[in-house]
Amino acid sequence: MANYRLKKGYDIRMAGGAEAILERAPFPESVGLYPADFYGMTPKPLVEGGERVRIGTPLWRDKRRESLIVTSPASGTVAEVRRGERRALESVIIRTDGKQHVAASIAPPPKRVFSSARAEIIGALCAVGLFPLFRQRPFGTVADPLATPRAIFVTAMDTAPLAADQGLILKNHEQEFQRGIDVLASLTPGRVHLCTEANTGDGSPFAGVQNVEHHRFSGPHPAGNVGVHIHHVAPIRGVGDILWHCTVQGVILIGRYFITGAPSFEVTAAVAGPAAARGRHVATLSGAALSSFAEASKAFPAARFISGNVLTGRNIGPGGFLGFHDNLVTIIPEARTSVFLGWLSPGFSLESFSASFISRLMPRRRFAIDSNRNGSVRAFVATGIYERLLPMDILPSFLLKSILAGDIEEMEKLGILEVTPEDLALCEYACPSKTDIQRMLRDGIDLMLKETRETE
Amino acid sequence: MKPHGKMRSAFEKGGRFERLWPLVDAAETFFFRLPVRTAGGTHIRDAYDLKRMMMIVVVALFPSMIFGTYNVGYQFYASAGIPADHLACVLKGLTVVIPLYVVTFAVGGAWEVLFALIRGEEINEGFFVTGALIPLIMPPTIPLWQLALAVSFGVVLGKELFGGTGMNIFNPALVSRAFLFFAYPKSISGADVWTLTGGTVVDAYTMATPLHLGIEPKGDIIAHLAGNGFDFWRMLWGLEPGSIGETSAIAVLAGAFILVVTGVGSWRIIVSVFAGGAAMALLCNAFAPSPASMLALPAHYHFVAGGFAFGAVFMATDPVSAAGTNAGKYVYGFLIGLLTVMVRTLNPAYPEGMMLAILFMNLFAPLIDYTVVRLNMRRRGRRAAG
Repeated sequence: MANYRLKKGYDIRMAGGAEAILERAPFPESVGLYPADFYGMTPKPLVEGGERVRIGTPLWRDKRRESLIVTSPASGTVAEVRRGERRALESVIIRTDGKQHVAASIAPPPKRVFSSARAEIIGALCAVGLFPLFRQRPFGTVADPLATPRAIFVTAMDTAPLAADQGLILKNHEQEFQRGIDVLASLTPGRVHLCTEANTGDGSPFAGVQNVEHHRFSGPHPAGNVGVHIHHVAPIRGVGDILWHCTVQGVILIGRYFITGAPSFEVTAAVAGPAAARGRHVATLSGAALSSFAEASKAFPAARFISGNVLTGRNIGPGGFLGFHDNLVTIIPEARTSVFLGWLSPGFSLESFSASFISRLMPRRRFAIDSNRNGSVRAFVATGIYERLLPMDILPSFLLKSILAGDIEEMEKLGILEVTPEDLALCEYACPSKTDIQRMLRDGIDLMLKETRETE
Repeated sequence: MKPHGKMRSAFEKGGRFERLWPLVDAAETFFFRLPVRTAGGTHIRDAYDLKRMMMIVVVALFPSMIFGTYNVGYQFYASAGIPADHLACVLKGLTVVIPLYVVTFAVGGAWEVLFALIRGEEINEGFFVTGALIPLIMPPTIPLWQLALAVSFGVVLGKELFGGTGMNIFNPALVSRAFLFFAYPKSISGADVWTLTGGTVVDAYTMATPLHLGIEPKGDIIAHLAGNGFDFWRMLWGLEPGSIGETSAIAVLAGAFILVVTGVGSWRIIVSVFAGGAAMALLCNAFAPSPASMLALPAHYHFVAGGFAFGAVFMATDPVSAAGTNAGKYVYGFLIGLLTVMVRTLNPAYPEGMMLAILFMNLFAPLIDYTVVRLNMRRRGRRAAG
């Protein structure tokens, strides 16, 4: 047990948080999966339109590691295999039949979860499509089933704007969570690190979890990011030093499979955002169509539907599907109106990290932030803002410069192995030059990944 | 936005006046916060942008601008021995300051627009700050044509040749001033340029600035300054000859307050410039041969004399040309303060050292950052190994 108090960072004061109530959403008429949610995988589709699928039927597999597959969370019929530019797989959409049959090929998991059964457990997780719930550092890719992680991190806190309530996700699933933790413990020779919010008083829902090393973090966003946790608890030592991480929801799904013997992709997700009609938590399916549980308020003629949070999520439109790793749908108003001399206003009603806005004196106020870029793209200026938003011993602006220069050695020395785009998303939010920091970092990570794979 | 929609399309890509698009864009984004939506990356963005940051600096300059305008008039009437009320001082000051601003913005703005049109980039607001600064670091007697040359030099060689705002190594406003300093030294050094006079100067009026008097003090330096009317409090308030915006430390500190509270100016740099100046002044005091030497001038006199405060608050903090790392900012600021006092005390040829100290440290800022970055890499390497 250790406590970490982080000072750097910032909590965006955004209106529209989800109420702490949990409802069962209507069963979705369709579910969809996006390969974009599985960074590091090159998808090779295994199904075609019209084909019948069941829970656990493989939809696509990785081109490099054949055991890595993504499976259907529901039974039904493949409605569409959507392809984008250069025929790259964009999404697979399934019209559900509501029967939720499990694929015949699925075997029950091993009964004993000791490290001696490690290979067997990984094989079972891969076969049902639960293995991609693990992601891997460095680089934040889907975990490699052939790797042995030095440790596994479970992130039981989320400090991102309007994040889902981790306690509600855990509620009524405590046994599944504990079972999942035990499974995780068998997959690493090292420890399972459970990182939770420190400021929950004595009522932390994770207080009783066994078989983990418990760490408590406090501080503003991104104090809840797994990258920050790893940086403080067990920093990455090099390209070959592999750690895995998993969300609370992921651990629950794994535990459930090991308890019931059949895969289930039922998850808890929050609906939030200033333009959400009803901000609340719902029980639904991973990949569920947003139309089954998320609706925009009539007050906003144009709204953006985001799977994930406003910093790192994807704009998927009202017809989109809940992302594989996401426990949140955020609905925000699209920017529509011009503001006369907007940059001159004292700023009572604008959200900003900068103290040049009067609103900074109102810490309790919440703002209905829309999708306005709030300014034009400019050259980098070393304002010192990034440095105040990253609670790591990393110099973000110099890391970004090394990426722009394409200097791999510098990138590594400056800490690219320790971060993923989500860790710098807050810098991107606050950047007065409106630069695409996450995109830049992604390009740098792509380059690193390409180099390391070539030398494999 | 509707009424000019039709005209606007002529300037968009493919329109007849496509090349002039940056002008339309500049005007539009100046007057409106346009509903441009985020795409890719974060879905929401902070309300803060570079335009606002630049505006805050300009607002922070207002106290110095206002006091400087008043002081130009005040010195004019004082040198002529004519009693004048505050309004007369301000009006006289305006006749000097307004033409300086008109020339600065006309010339600098023209270069800025020209480069934006050639590059097809948006016109950016960087010149706002440079343009607001330049007249304030000029003597009130500067000929307008020399100012126009200096602004051109500062904008073109100091900034645009490096690639525009954000890319320059030196502070463009100081490059302008340095140009005059070396090309037309008579206009910007010596004892006679710091007051606008009507031709005749009464005996009771001292034309020289306190720093100039310090070159060859007669007797105890503090007494010598006081004998010419420059006691500490007067220098703090700034009713003295000098560059237009630099004389009042009080007005500069009011600006510093705005910059630090809003987070626009780096307090690390400001504080360490003063710390460096104080350290060097104390060292000089310890080795001063006699109280009648510039070496004996105490630190708090250095702070209120010449451009020390103005340079520390408005010039050294320019985020583009300063050190970018937090640790580097301390070193950078400290050395600026130290060098300034060193030049002032040890080099009789240049009574003021602020401008050259900042330009010199602008040059070294990347080296300071390089060292800080290497140290960070070494620390990170050790941590990973352990």
